[in-house]
Amino acid sequence: MRFEYAPAPESRSVVRLRDSYGLFIGGSFVSGSSVFKTISPATEEVLAEITHGGAEDVDRAVAAARHAYERTWSVMPGKERGKYLFRIARLLAERAREFAVLETMDNGKPIRESRDVDVPLASAHFFYHAGWADKLGYAGFGPSPKPLGVAGQVIPWNFPLLMLAWKIAPALACGNTVVLKPAETTPLTAMLFAEVCQQADLPPGVVNIVTGDGDTGRLLVGHPGIDKIAFTGSTAAGKEIARQCAVSGQRLTLELGGKAANIVFDDAPVDQAVEGIINGIFFNQGHVCCAGSRLLVQESVADSVLDALKRRMASLRLGDPMDKNTDIGAINSRGQLDKITSASQAGEEEGARRWSAPCALPERGFWFPPTLFTDVASSSPVAREEIFGPVLTVSTFRTPSEALQKANATQYGLSAGVWTSKGSLALEMASRLRAGVVWANTFNRFDPASPFGGYKESGFGREGGRHGLEAYLDVVATDVAGTVADV
Amino acid sequence: MAAEAGRIAVRKTYKLYIGGAFPRSESGRTFEVRDHEGGFLSNAARASRKDARDAVVAARKAFGGWSERTAYNRGQVLYRVAEVMEGRRDQFASEVRLATGLSDAEALDEVDAAVDRWVWYAGWADKISQVRGGVNPVAGPFVNFSVPEPSGVAAVLAPQDSALLGLVSVVAPAIVAGGTCVVVASAAYPLPAITLAEVLATSDLPGGVVNMLTGQVAEIAPWLASHMDVNTVDVTGAPGGLADDLAVAAAGSNLKRVLRLPPAAWTAEPGVDRMFGYLETKTVWHPIGL
Repeated sequence: MRFEYAPAPESRSVVRLRDSYGLFIGGSFVSGSSVFKTISPATEEVLAEITHGGAEDVDRAVAAARHAYERTWSVMPGKERGKYLFRIARLLAERAREFAVLETMDNGKPIRESRDVDVPLASAHFFYHAGWADKLGYAGFGPSPKPLGVAGQVIPWNFPLLMLAWKIAPALACGNTVVLKPAETTPLTAMLFAEVCQQADLPPGVVNIVTGDGDTGRLLVGHPGIDKIAFTGSTAAGKEIARQCAVSGQRLTLELGGKAANIVFDDAPVDQAVEGIINGIFFNQGHVCCAGSRLLVQESVADSVLDALKRRMASLRLGDPMDKNTDIGAINSRGQLDKITSASQAGEEEGARRWSAPCALPERGFWFPPTLFTDVASSSPVAREEIFGPVLTVSTFRTPSEALQKANATQYGLSAGVWTSKGSLALEMASRLRAGVVWANTFNRFDPASPFGGYKESGFGREGGRHGLEAYLDVVATDVAGTVADV
Repeated sequence: MAAEAGRIAVRKTYKLYIGGAFPRSESGRTFEVRDHEGGFLSNAARASRKDARDAVVAARKAFGGWSERTAYNRGQVLYRVAEVMEGRRDQFASEVRLATGLSDAEALDEVDAAVDRWVWYAGWADKISQVRGGVNPVAGPFVNFSVPEPSGVAAVLAPQDSALLGLVSVVAPAIVAGGTCVVVASAAYPLPAITLAEVLATSDLPGGVVNMLTGQVAEIAPWLASHMDVNTVDVTGAPGGLADDLAVAAAGSNLKRVLRLPPAAWTAEPGVDRMFGYLETKTVWHPIGL
């Protein structure tokens, strides 16, 4: 049965786009030397002109952050720092619809996701960390942990505002100042966030945002004035930064790629598991580092799970991300579409059998249909390499130990999923999976109170929760004889 | 409460706050509230045994819903209390100044500290579990973890010597983790307490989570301390001899948790003792295995 839906587009009128955006340095928008354009991946229309941050711009931003760190932010009582973060949380919530629409325009993700996931979680992340600002002595890192200094933060394009929140909120709560570089293809919500910083009367220089491409990112993480680097992105880029920090002595946390196994046992409720598989790999077009991109199904239920999965995939609605009924939006860029396309072709050439949901793709913009591969050899690149798109590989297993062996046979270790109605089995699997987050009978859940991050080549350090504070605190040189201090 | 020239002021009736409503005392009694120089301020409701019992019923009724809210949501509500209170900064300062004789600046400082205290506790709501709970490394194939849960309904005897900051400092920790409470306000300073109740009533805090009684602690508290549906008693506002009696009654009736914390300056950062005093610890075992 097929339901027809009338178009239900969200209005763009809530967003006031400027023609061009400067860099946000020292509390105001400043121009730079060159510019580039950011487009809507769903329509390829140019949305705005963005400033490309060069070496001088990065210098200015780091200097502004240093100044604000020394004069203002690191010496401000925690409870007052916290109030600024509470303000930012509230402002994000007040302007939530504007942020959601802008995020969907610039990123291509469905408005349902930006509205219900990205923006509320970003606001919650600031709210949560606001409360930590004057309670750091209770966080378990010694009685009076100190900030690190200026943090250089580089974030990806898959959750532009949410990743900004994951980076900026804990850094500021712990007393650091930041220079953040948004992704080249998704700078707009970061620039709107800069406006929020102004509305919150955040002291100038505490947050600086320098837009640009990978070169700008390299300038930032290579800058000698940066005390701490936080990077979310590809494993290749992460390794490059790790090599640099190995000699520079800068503190580093990395949140990199993944190739998560989603393991379905024969006693799992099939419909619930299928929804979890769909959410695991097709949420945000599969542009999720912790996506459940490898489905492992117990052999005895493989056929029925696969049938149900294909049925569900065929009902996914791909198209205009601004439509409230859309499930699958646009691929973020032509470059990413090319990567997904070539990875899928390689999979077919290796002998894997491809099945894509029968859906019409819009003529303009970047699109890829929800796709799965069966008959996948464990050695096939499509089963080993992160595709970062709506592509799922399916293989089978007979015993829990075989499932574990397959699940752990990857250089990544960001997340994993387990579906079973037996609690002891779920926990057994959780204890043996080499991954930083394990979801049992759910997938892709995020919460500011829950630490997130990877094992192995998925990176190190955690974001969120009490554990996430460690990344922004000097936990080595604390005064253990001291008392709980108001940092 | 001077009349403005040419206009007669509309004075407020100060009543109790029970189950989200503002009733008079069922006893019909009031008592005179005077400013620090002895001048008449208002009549306040003098709560009775029946009012106290009604308040416990309201607190118990509110417990289920409030304790089942997410910690994040409770934090937001407490922060909302701070926001709404900040908007009434001048009103609170005026009431505190009249009641205590503090200077304008001192009264404002007390109000600001009280607002900040709500913010402090708001931040705790979704952090208590990670600080006070955890996974226990038992020697066997089990996941074993402990989480804090609220004890239930508390009777909170607010400090007699503080018009606002002390009151907020004993109420916020009683509710931040999901508990509900019946508060007996300072007998000398009941008016800021009722104004605080007006703030609570308009801050998305569900009715019944905080119930505010004004009157004589010696008259009301024994009924609360021996009430079989009260789980915790904070005896801060009871004079020494009465506190002993209340502690005995509380412990002997249904093994209430009794909070008798050493006196502290309300202006100092509170620490976690009082907040943790309203918590139970629940430990969950679950086997691991194929």
